[in-house]
Amino acid sequence: MSTVTSEEQIEKLVIESLETFGADPDLITRDATFEALDIDSLDLAELSQIVHESYGVELKGSDVADVKTVDDAVKLIASRL
Amino acid sequence: MHVVSEQVVVTGVGAVTPLGVGARTLHERWSAGAVGIRDGEAPCADFEPTDFLTAKAARRADRFTQLAIAACAEALADAGWDADGELPYAPERVGCVLGTGIGGIATLVDGQDTLRERGAECVSPLSVPLMMSNAGAGALSMRHGLRGPSFAVSSACASGAHALGCALRMLQCGEADAVVAGGSEAGLTPLARAAFGALDALSPSGVSRPFDARRDGFVMGEGAAVMVLERADAARERHARVLGAIRGYGASSDAHHLTAPRDDGAGQAAAIGAALADAGVAAEEVDYVNAHGTSTPLNDRAETRAIKLALGEHAGRIPVTSTKSAIGHLLGAAGAVEAVATLLALRDRIAPPTLGLSEPDDGLDLDYVPGAARPLSAGGERPALGLSNSFGFGGHNAVLCVEAA
Repeated sequence: MSTVTSEEQIEKLVIESLETFGADPDLITRDATFEALDIDSLDLAELSQIVHESYGVELKGSDVADVKTVDDAVKLIASRL
Repeated sequence: MHVVSEQVVVTGVGAVTPLGVGARTLHERWSAGAVGIRDGEAPCADFEPTDFLTAKAARRADRFTQLAIAACAEALADAGWDADGELPYAPERVGCVLGTGIGGIATLVDGQDTLRERGAECVSPLSVPLMMSNAGAGALSMRHGLRGPSFAVSSACASGAHALGCALRMLQCGEADAVVAGGSEAGLTPLARAAFGALDALSPSGVSRPFDARRDGFVMGEGAAVMVLERADAARERHARVLGAIRGYGASSDAHHLTAPRDDGAGQAAAIGAALADAGVAAEEVDYVNAHGTSTPLNDRAETRAIKLALGEHAGRIPVTSTKSAIGHLLGAAGAVEAVATLLALRDRIAPPTLGLSEPDDGLDLDYVPGAARPLSAGGERPALGLSNSFGFGGHNAVLCVEAA
């Protein structure tokens, strides 16, 4: 892993994770809401785990509670790196 | 609680078994002498979870839940329910009881492997909701909007029968108008193989031959079955097609040993007697017995004694056959799968065979219908009536009395 992680790299990780969780790839955009993608709290718990494993950043349930869109998630992760 | 004591009818059945997807597939292939055992195990090789579930739903379900979802979809369609639309009853009047002996063991093993190899932080948040024994009941309830009581029951290899018995009681005491009930199991993992193997319960030869002198243990299988049970008056009101009735249910415990049945069969006989009494029928009215028939030395001897104890001389006059000779032992699903098989056999007035049986053991002298199915000589024109026996480790005995419509 490079020491500098770009937002594009984070976006790629988030999108790949959402696809793994079963979200429709055609619907995944930065503005897409998790509600529209049928992504729920269990998926976000899994995403937090993937982020932790990839970047060593710990996101708690309270951190992701306000995350509503793909863009929110990418920005939150980027802000913690 | 008001006691209604209403008759309970079966309006739909579904099954996924080692003989294929579908309740009729099980009945027809078993009756034709097909065996779903390969290399000493009985997997549901034809089952593709994504035929029934979206990718998202599939990864949110352990295999035992996936099997239950498929069996349930078939049962609801068979009952004429709109699985994706409005239920024929108020949702809070529809319950769900699903038996499982083990629950999500593959998920449990995955979680343990992850814990050991990658650490606690990597154990999936889906571990608990997938492995819990009630995951199947929860999934069926959520999927179809069943908002009455829903839960799992667990009594090892009697779980499926206890689940149906429990559903029967819920309907009889007026707790629900319909209950979606059955059993599910998906235990074909190295851990389960090793654990049952350590008990000398599994067949080293990999052959299921109940009641045979050469029988050497059970063959482990996987699968699920679901029945839609409705109060008879409610089913009549909605002009449902009725397949049959669960006439009675009897349960008892050996209180004897963790794994071995009482050798004299008295505990099992008590459950058979209780089922007959509950149904209000005499032993002489029984046309067919679907035996627990595991192919283990202990069960088949004790069960033969139990059937004789409970039915007296009539035991020798009727066919007694084992579904496990065709599909192995589906553990917590077995009681439900065999109840479905019993009902379809009674409807078609046929006694499916005990396969693999060529040399009955000393003292095992009932009519096990070896090798090939036989027409059921049920008395006159009346609907055929049968028993489905299920007995579990822990000494749990559950017997259902089933009647064709």
